[in-house]
This record gives sequence, structure tokens and C-alpha cells, in this order.
Amino acid sequence: MTAEAVHVIARARAVRKTRSLVVIAVLAVAVFATFCVSLSLGDFKIPVIDVVKTLFGGGDRATEFIVNRLRLPRALTGLLVGTALGLSGAIFQSIARNPLASPDIIGVTYGASAFAVFAIITLGLTGVAVSAFAIVGAVLTAFIMYVLAWRHGVSSYRLILIGIGIGAIATSITSYLLTKARVEIAQQALIWLTGSLNGRDWSNVRSLAVTFVVLLPVMAFLVRQLRILQLGDETAYGLGLRVEVSRLGLIVVAVLLAAVATAAAGPIGFVAFVAPPIARRLTRSPGPAMITSGLLGALVVGLSDLVAQHAFGETQLPVGVVTGVVGAPYLMFLLARANRVGSGG
Amino acid sequence: MVEAGPETAVPSRPRRTRRTTLVLGLVGCVVLLVLVSLLSIAIGSKQIPLSTVIDALRHYNEADTDHVIVRSLRVPRTLIGLMVGAALGLSGALMQGVTRNPLADPGILGVNGGAALFVVGGIYWFGLSSLTAYVWLAFLGAAAASVAVYLLGSMGREGATPVKLALAGAALTAMLGSLTTALLIGDVDTFDQFRFWSVGSFAGRGPDIAKQVAPFILIGIVLALFSGRVLNALSLGDDVAKSLGQRVGLARAFVAVVVVLLCGAATAAAGPIGFIGLTIPHVARLVTGPDYRWILPYSMLLAPILLLGSDVIGRVVAQPGELQVGIVTAVLGAPFFIILVRRRKLADL
Repeated sequence: MTAEAVHVIARARAVRKTRSLVVIAVLAVAVFATFCVSLSLGDFKIPVIDVVKTLFGGGDRATEFIVNRLRLPRALTGLLVGTALGLSGAIFQSIARNPLASPDIIGVTYGASAFAVFAIITLGLTGVAVSAFAIVGAVLTAFIMYVLAWRHGVSSYRLILIGIGIGAIATSITSYLLTKARVEIAQQALIWLTGSLNGRDWSNVRSLAVTFVVLLPVMAFLVRQLRILQLGDETAYGLGLRVEVSRLGLIVVAVLLAAVATAAAGPIGFVAFVAPPIARRLTRSPGPAMITSGLLGALVVGLSDLVAQHAFGETQLPVGVVTGVVGAPYLMFLLARANRVGSGG
Repeated sequence: MVEAGPETAVPSRPRRTRRTTLVLGLVGCVVLLVLVSLLSIAIGSKQIPLSTVIDALRHYNEADTDHVIVRSLRVPRTLIGLMVGAALGLSGALMQGVTRNPLADPGILGVNGGAALFVVGGIYWFGLSSLTAYVWLAFLGAAAASVAVYLLGSMGREGATPVKLALAGAALTAMLGSLTTALLIGDVDTFDQFRFWSVGSFAGRGPDIAKQVAPFILIGIVLALFSGRVLNALSLGDDVAKSLGQRVGLARAFVAVVVVLLCGAATAAAGPIGFIGLTIPHVARLVTGPDYRWILPYSMLLAPILLLGSDVIGRVVAQPGELQVGIVTAVLGAPFFIILVRRRKLADL
């Protein structure tokens, strides 16, 4: 390779890197802004300036109580859930090399939902216990999917189709359970099924934060292998990657992220699905663009929750309704586009 | 031309015996179907001996409670099961034939999701509660969803590959599901009606419902049974079909209309029932080979056997209540789907 060619490549890389950094900075600011606005709105409005002051420890008693005690847990839960979904979706779509394979399209969150609804309706549980059931459901579903898709290794195509099959069983079990309760309890389960941030407290934030502390280093390590996996199994083998081990590790991380997010807020649809492709577009990165996906996930959930809480007057919608209605048209567009360029499978 | 006589006569004999076997097979299916229907009439929260069942059918006596149960509850329910089963089996075979896709099924391809959203919209916005209204809404929804999924799934160079269609269906189902929930979340009454419809069940479907869907399903069945030749041509691929003089676009549109007719009516009568349309045509194909002129009638007879069987199982295992037939078929059918995915090679799909 001539010196000139090396120079050209190096410059192209530098351009892309600056672009990524700019996108990340802009998104981070947007996420923070949304976060502050959501803390400032409510029955008692607090100017955004005061919110920022309070966050950095300089507010008066009353605002401190409202911001830190009442509104912060919900906003933080939304932030972390969004980030987790964005990251999980980015990993899933990269492994499957298919822009439609996110945990909410293939079976993982359906499994979590079936277990959670079982806990709510049949066992009469609430709160943390339901979350625990959701996590067990997601992990178990993913495990069954992985085992069933294993046949001389796991092909992403089998994983997707088997995920769809298992999702169908889980959905039919969920709708069966919904007929078994009084309508008030079924309604409660339905709200959980939509995904909602109403009434989230510090315990949700804590469990999410712990998950992040544990999983982020592992993920940072595995993402390097994800870039190689994206070249296709054969190339990855050729480059000396232990394909199945890496893939399993990545799936475990992605499933845990999705599971914890679902446990905290219910299956908020379309976030995991929408964030990664937008992230890749913004950064023009060929790889998974993890940080951008995470930030975008947080932004989508934050904005949707603002709309869900405040745009309809007195009625507070669950955030999942908004992400669903906003995400759906984008899904159609993406589906059409992905298939046209031939990357839809 | 003179020598052609003996040459065509030789292969015709095995063909004739094969045809006899297939016809005998159909007769066997009919016998089995009659037996399952009688079981479906006899078994329930109150067991009625078969002799009484036959008696009630032949010499109806209004004073006898058993006779009343048979005539007013069990027979309509069984008739609906028969019609819905035939409709689902045929529509599955038609879908698989026209998309040349072994994973086609109204549940997988989002047709049920479309029907569900339209039904909920009807209940929510227009306060509709009559079954006739559900039928038409389910039709519209099924039609819209199948067109959308097929258009989305068939874009691109390779056309409608199974994975693309299945993903398009799953994605559309997710989308329609979240719109449906958005409508249900604020309205307890709509939700209360919808949750029972959405499992897929024959419970409480009376004779009026059987009468209302019957014309749609009967017309659908007749049209479906005539489309075997068309499907055979289409299964050779578009180019060959064209060169055989088949008008491919027209043929596809015709089959699609029949599918929507059958799926829509079945879904309207019993709610979304998955996996029957997927499994049955494969079982039929095992018996008959690839000829759609045989696959269609076999699917039509085998599907109600499975569906009524599942319904009977649902009534037996969860006594004194009952497990809705949609749950039983999902639990029985999904493993079949998974086996299919595992066994077929990518190229076959």
C-alpha cells in the first residue's frame, strides 16, 4: 500500500471518528436536556435552571424534595431503561445481521411478559416480585431459543425463526392468562404489558445501576469481537475468533440488558428496535455504534415519556403506547428499505 | 401417434392405483372427522353418551335436557369448529402455495393481528358488538394486513423469502399489537370484550354465529378447491407458470381473495387461532406429495380433525372449566413449527 493510500484511509477514519464524537456529544446534551425538562414538569412546575441547580446540590428544600425524591427515580429509570434497550437492540441486530431482529420482535420480551403476567394474575404479586419473574422469563426464553436453534452451531436465521415461534406460544399463554382474572387485575397486567414508568422508585434505579456496573465492562470487551462476527461466520473463523463462544457471550449480555429493562418498566416496544439503525445512520458507522445506540435509546424513552405524561392533559398514558405509535411507522419504512437493499434476510 | 397408445397406458396403471389410495385416504379422513365430531358433541362439562347424541340428532325430544344441550350448544359449536377448521386448513395451504413458503400461516404472517386491530377499533370507536360487524371488520383487517405483509416481504431482489415474510409478519404483528393495546388501555369495557375474543375459542358460539359465517366459508371452500391447478402452476415458479399460459398476477390476486375470505371468516367466528394453517398442509403433503389438487382437500378434512380434537382436549384437561382451543393449538403447533425450522435447510425455505 502506498503512503498516499494509507494517508487517505487514515483521513477517512479520522473524519468518521470526529463525526461519531460530535453525534455522541449532541445526543448527550439532548438526553440531559430532556432529562431536566422531565424533572421540571409536573403538578408543580419548577424552572429548568432550578432543576439543574438542584441536581448539582444547590437547590432549596422544597425543590430538592420534589426533584430528588419524587421525580428523579422515574426519570433515571427511564434513562437507564432506554440505554439498556438501545444497547441490547444494537447487539441483537449486529449478531443476527438483520435490522429487524430486536428483542421485542423475536421472542425474548414476549417470554418476559408471559412470566410477569403469570406473576400479576395467577400469583397476585406486585412490584419487585413481578420484575424478578420477568427476568426469569426473558432468560429462560432466550435459553430455550438458543438450545433449539443449536444445530452444528447457531445460525442467526434459525435463531430468528425459532424466536418467532416461541414468541407465538408465549403470546397465546399471556392472552389466556388475561382471561383468567377479574377485569381490573387484567387491566393492571395490560398496563404492565404496554410498558410504563409510572410510580418507579429508587429500588428500580438501584437494580438497573447494579446491572450496568456489572455488564458494561463485559460488553466493552465483547464488542470488539462483535465487529469481527459481523463479517460473517466464515470470515470470523478465518480470523481466529471462537465464533460460538463470542456469540453466546454477546447474546447473554444482550438478553440480560433487555431482561433488566423489561423487569423495571415492562416491555417498552420498539426502542431496542429503532435506536440502533438510527444510530448507525447518524454516525455513518459500519459497525454497531454502541454508545450512540444507548444514548438514542435513552432519548427515545425520555421524549416518549414526556409526551405520555404531559401531552394528554389529565390522563397519563403508559410510555409504551407512545413508543409504539411513533415506532410503528418507522418500522414500516425500515422494513421496506431493508428489503429493497436486500439486507432483510 | 400410433405408438403413443401403449406408452401412455403403461404409466397410467400405477397412477390409477395411487389415485385409488388417495381417494380411500380421503374417505378415511371423512370417517375420522365424523368420529371426532361425535366426540365433540358428547364430551364436555356434562358427558352425554354417544347413543343419546345420535338419538338427539335423529329424534329430537325437547323435554330431554341432554337433547337440548346437544341441539342448542354442542352441535353449533361443533359445526363452527368444522367450518373454522376447514377454512384455516385451506387458507394455510393456499398461502403456502401462493407464497411458495412453507412457513406461511395466518398467525405468523400478521393476518390475525390485522383482524384483531380492526375488531378492537370497531368496538372502541363505533361501539360495535354484533358478530356480523366483527366478521366484516376482521375481513378488512385481514385483507389490509396480508397485503401489507406481502408487499413488505416481497420487496428486494430475492422476492419473498420465508425469513423476510416471517419477519415482516412478526414486525407487523408487533406494530398492530401496540396500536391495539393503545386503544385498549384507556377503555375497560372494550378490553373486557376483546380479551375473550383474542384467545381464540368456540365457547359460547351459538347457532346464529354458525349461520352468519357459513356463507362466507362455504364460498371460500368451493373457490379454494378449484384453485389446485393454479397453485400447481404457480409452484413451478413465475417464469414457468407464465410460459404455461398462467396469468400469474391474476392467479395470485384470486388466491389472495380466497385466503382473506377464509381467514377473515374463521377469525371472526372463533378469534385468532394460530398454527392450524401452518401444520396441516405439511401433514397433507406428507400423504399426497406436491400436487395441490390433493393437498387442498386433505387439508380441508385434516384441519377440522385437529381443531375439534384440540377443542375436546381443551375441555377435558381443564375441567370443570376449559382451555380455549387457540391455546391448545398454539401449544401443539408451535413445536411443529420449530421442528420444521430445524429440519429444513436454508435453501429449501
